[in-house]
Amino acid sequence: MKPPPFGYRAPRTLDEALDALAAVPSGKVLAGGQSLIPLLNMRLAAPSHLVDINRVAGLDTVHAGDEGVRVGALARHARVERSPEAAAIQPLLGRALRHVAHPVIRNRGTVVGSLAHADPAGEMPAVLAVLGGTVEAASARGRRTIPAAEFFRGPLESALEPGELAVSAFFPAAPPRTGTAFAETARRHGDYALAGVAAVVTLDEDLRVSAARAGYLGICGVPLVLDLAGAAGPAGDWAAAAAHARDSMDPEPDIHAGAEYRRHLAGVLTERTLSIAAAEALRRAGV
Amino acid sequence: MEECFEVALTVNGIPRTASVPARRLLSDLLRHDLGLTGTHVGCEHGVCGCCTVLLDGEPVRSCLMFAVTAAGHEITTVEGLAAEDGTPSAVQRAFRECHGLQCGFCTPGFLCTVTALLRETPRPTDDQVLEGISGNLCRCTGYQNIVKSVHRAAELLQEGEG
Repeated sequence: MKPPPFGYRAPRTLDEALDALAAVPSGKVLAGGQSLIPLLNMRLAAPSHLVDINRVAGLDTVHAGDEGVRVGALARHARVERSPEAAAIQPLLGRALRHVAHPVIRNRGTVVGSLAHADPAGEMPAVLAVLGGTVEAASARGRRTIPAAEFFRGPLESALEPGELAVSAFFPAAPPRTGTAFAETARRHGDYALAGVAAVVTLDEDLRVSAARAGYLGICGVPLVLDLAGAAGPAGDWAAAAAHARDSMDPEPDIHAGAEYRRHLAGVLTERTLSIAAAEALRRAGV
Repeated sequence: MEECFEVALTVNGIPRTASVPARRLLSDLLRHDLGLTGTHVGCEHGVCGCCTVLLDGEPVRSCLMFAVTAAGHEITTVEGLAAEDGTPSAVQRAFRECHGLQCGFCTPGFLCTVTALLRETPRPTDDQVLEGISGNLCRCTGYQNIVKSVHRAAELLQEGEG
């Protein structure tokens, strides 16, 4: 239960960090460490080098603007969760963050780290995916913006290449007349979810459903995003949308839950979250 | 020979230094290098909460942090919660008064977590208490007396006895 030996670098600037990652492409980035250090302690991972970015200046940022919320690589879950500015621009972020592990873990863990870790049961990947957000990656070669749909490649596998650092993530703002909701089912609060849903519903000026999407965690190897507007219809038949969602997914069984139970949970949570999101969209439309 | 790093940090108000490999967990630095065995190590992968300490006032898992990352920061362990003359803190007294412990293994983690919880939420509701201590496991008490202890500690702090 002790980590294996590794080479250690603690850069002070982003350029130093990118140079360190370029010098040891097999190195892993250490940010909050709330997923990486358990893997090291249990010796499920043994990277040759760790590049500890905790001393890199300028990465501990949360910017909320009209377009959305941009979260820097060192912004801890707790900080983003408690940011009233972030909540005003994109409330789904804080709603999902309350389900990330426990408060003490969230004091240390980072939002961008959760994305880079790409755990299929993680809340942050599903939220980024359903919102159509992006991850900004930097390396000694330059920068690129990776859309969520391309970022998650498989369980614990992201599109980040050796030598790349995820410097920030962007969660787009909610359009007008939009509501969001998040729900998950876990054996114990704070455990990894058996299944979870992040829902987004947008109404048009006549208060008909113009968009309804659900992002799923714990269902398959990457966040699953379903467009449910067609199944729900303009009046918002959320039971029909949930039935369509159940038929559209192929959940993976594991020791915690079978495929059929996951499908059942996903259906129940889909109907529940879409209803709550639609009610919020109506309130935001002033009805 | 594994490369060692000089780590300087403040623990319970006292500047401390140690020469440790990068893989030394903060929990092991506290217990083995500094001899502060009040911080307990249960699961060593972030689940049980026994090793919780305060990092610049915020509760964190000391088993999920490297000592090298903690360099330059202020750590408070269970040994640092009492007053300088040894008088137990309000949280410590409440746990004693309400029998908020049996075997005591999880207690250092609970005390650190609850100290920070009440600083941020001085009059917590039942739900806030449950959420606040949800990351700390106790195998003895069934939590009822721990929840009572948190509320009692809030009262003691409110009365200015903290």
